[in-house]
Amino acid sequence: MRTLLFLLRKEFRQIFRDKGVLRIIIIAPIIQLLVLPRAADYEIKNINIAVVDYDHSRVSEQLVNKILSSHYFKLAGYDQDYKKSYDLIERDKADIVLQIPSGFERNLIRDNKQDLFVAVNAINGTKANIGSAYLNTIIMDFNNEIRMKWMPPLRINPMPTIDIATSNWYNPNMVYAVFMVPGILVLLLTMIGGNLSAFNIVKEREIGTIEQINVTPIKKHIFIIGKLVPFIIMGLVVFTIGLGVAALVYGIIPAGSLALLYFFAVIYLFTLVGFGLLISTYSETQQQAQSLTFFFIIIFNLMSGLFTPIDSMPHWAQIITRFIPLSYFIDVMRMIVLKGSHFHDVLYHCLVLFGMGLVLNGWAVLNYRKTS
Amino acid sequence: MRQFINFIKKEFYHVLRDPKTLLMLFGVPIAQIVLFGFALSNEIKNANIVIIDNGMDMASQQLVYKIKASKYFNVKEVFMNPDQIDAAFKSGTVKLALVIPSGFNNDLVHLHKSGLQIIADASDPNTATTLTNYMTAIIEDYQGQLWQENGMPYVINSEQRMLYNPELVGAPNFVPGVMAMVLLLICVMMTSISIVKEKELGTLEVLLVSPFNPFMVIISKMVPYIVVSLINVCIILLLSVFLLDLPMKGSLLLLFGESLLFIITALSLGLLISTITDTQQTAMTTSFLAMLLPTMLLGGYLFPIENMPWLLRVISNIVPAKWFYIIIKSIMLKGLGIKYIWKETLILAGMALFFIVVSIKNFKIRLQ
Repeated sequence: MRTLLFLLRKEFRQIFRDKGVLRIIIIAPIIQLLVLPRAADYEIKNINIAVVDYDHSRVSEQLVNKILSSHYFKLAGYDQDYKKSYDLIERDKADIVLQIPSGFERNLIRDNKQDLFVAVNAINGTKANIGSAYLNTIIMDFNNEIRMKWMPPLRINPMPTIDIATSNWYNPNMVYAVFMVPGILVLLLTMIGGNLSAFNIVKEREIGTIEQINVTPIKKHIFIIGKLVPFIIMGLVVFTIGLGVAALVYGIIPAGSLALLYFFAVIYLFTLVGFGLLISTYSETQQQAQSLTFFFIIIFNLMSGLFTPIDSMPHWAQIITRFIPLSYFIDVMRMIVLKGSHFHDVLYHCLVLFGMGLVLNGWAVLNYRKTS
Repeated sequence: MRQFINFIKKEFYHVLRDPKTLLMLFGVPIAQIVLFGFALSNEIKNANIVIIDNGMDMASQQLVYKIKASKYFNVKEVFMNPDQIDAAFKSGTVKLALVIPSGFNNDLVHLHKSGLQIIADASDPNTATTLTNYMTAIIEDYQGQLWQENGMPYVINSEQRMLYNPELVGAPNFVPGVMAMVLLLICVMMTSISIVKEKELGTLEVLLVSPFNPFMVIISKMVPYIVVSLINVCIILLLSVFLLDLPMKGSLLLLFGESLLFIITALSLGLLISTITDTQQTAMTTSFLAMLLPTMLLGGYLFPIENMPWLLRVISNIVPAKWFYIIIKSIMLKGLGIKYIWKETLILAGMALFFIVVSIKNFKIRLQ
């Protein structure tokens, strides 16, 4: 036990000596939490629409006005030339082309039926999907309006209408930052904790100081625990700074218990640092450690459910996400911070993550060799 | 010249002898293409929802049947009170609840009006919006059916055509982005680290005092990474055409030319970073913060730039990946020629020139 205390003192000294790393630990989370959620915004607004109006009637103008008065669309071009508008799509100046055929108003009145043509730049599938859905809703609304206006009151054949009331729980204003910030906090913790721990043992190996520890009677597991504890503590510091920024800047105050949140953070860091140390025991140079960390952190990030929902992944990919510690913590963060979930809701996550931590740390202890 | 070739050979050995670095050089692009192509999408299918059908009449049954038939939802029909919805949301198993009031059919037939309630778990606003949109569309469709039965005048029908990506898959948007990111990763990060490593180990000085031209030393360091990058461009292209079924509409020659330009831009950025840092760890952190994060965030392929606050929109203009992403997208997916992308090409070339000039100014061939 006393050995462990000495080891811990040594580790903390090494950490505090490197001012560059300290700066990263404190400043990086603040800057990233300020910038990331603002950039990582999937909400679709400002869709550029080019209108090809061959009709130029009162109705077509009303329709265009209605589309533009919604805050989703911006007019990118208003023309009588399909070629020109199509060109706008090629140049990325327009996302949607709406073509109103000539005789639109007249045919609508005469035939009771008229088509509009919509061409969507679908390279970004999500944006295309949502943008065209918005446009459809607006056109449908417009359709209802003119129907109300044109139909002689006596002849009204009452159409059954269904009113849809929507309520959005936990985030009624649909603020995207509220959703992203807890996840980004986990991402930060992962990048800082994972990187630092992955570089740690390798660095000692490259500098040569590890030899000095290897010749002492320090047990392997004590050595690993000595590495583990400081990183968990530093991780908690980063986590606290992050929660502070989230509360001060975004007004996100965890709906659930703070104690539960910290409890889970400790388990997560235990697992994460174990992973970093494992990488460290497998690498000979810092460049190797960096390559390995990078490879895994990129996959972890993409598969974590932070940027794209896990539910929309195919089955095999969902199975992979179950082996990614990040996905559990992001899930739990969102549950506790946004919905105020309780311990029994996250018990499963807790057990799985702790099990992973035991395996990774045990592996790191076994793989760390004092003799080469 | 022979000397130069020998130097390049040495650098190739450096790169190729380490399997863990190779994992990064070739594993990352392949893994990313596969993940982006097959695993990641914003499309939501089979979301678990509950329908609380208090009506239990003809209309509600028709509607429920319609919802069950859609591929978007995985429907559980249950009776719950509002507290139970909360519990279900909290456990994370259900994303949306549709509440059908009692007397739904009756109201529709006699009052010509009835209401439905959609309750979404908006802790994820994206999923909530999308699911609500899907649900609304189905309900409106059902309403449309009712109307048709009643004979509806003045119908405006909008016919939609999805250009370039009719199935609305994610890959066309991501692949050009992945290409930009991989090239940057290799060129900026690996180059800067490999130069700084020689600085750290002291071997760079040995090279600089040799009669060999110091700039040749640097160039020979870059050659292996250019080759690796071009191989990666080929791998990514092959994977996206044959595995992901992406089109290759434009000219291959133009695509490789632009890639080479981007590689040079990235290499010169890597060179610049290596001239201003002294240890591998700082070089790594700098390339990470100065390049990878901005590329992922402001490159335009993960998050739409036009939604960002103006300050970020301005900053995105100095991110080389943004321009490369536009270029690749235009060539591969839209089949456009140089006429459409000369502006972006010029910007990239200008950036490369700027980085090179600044690095040369910063490059010290003498000891401190």
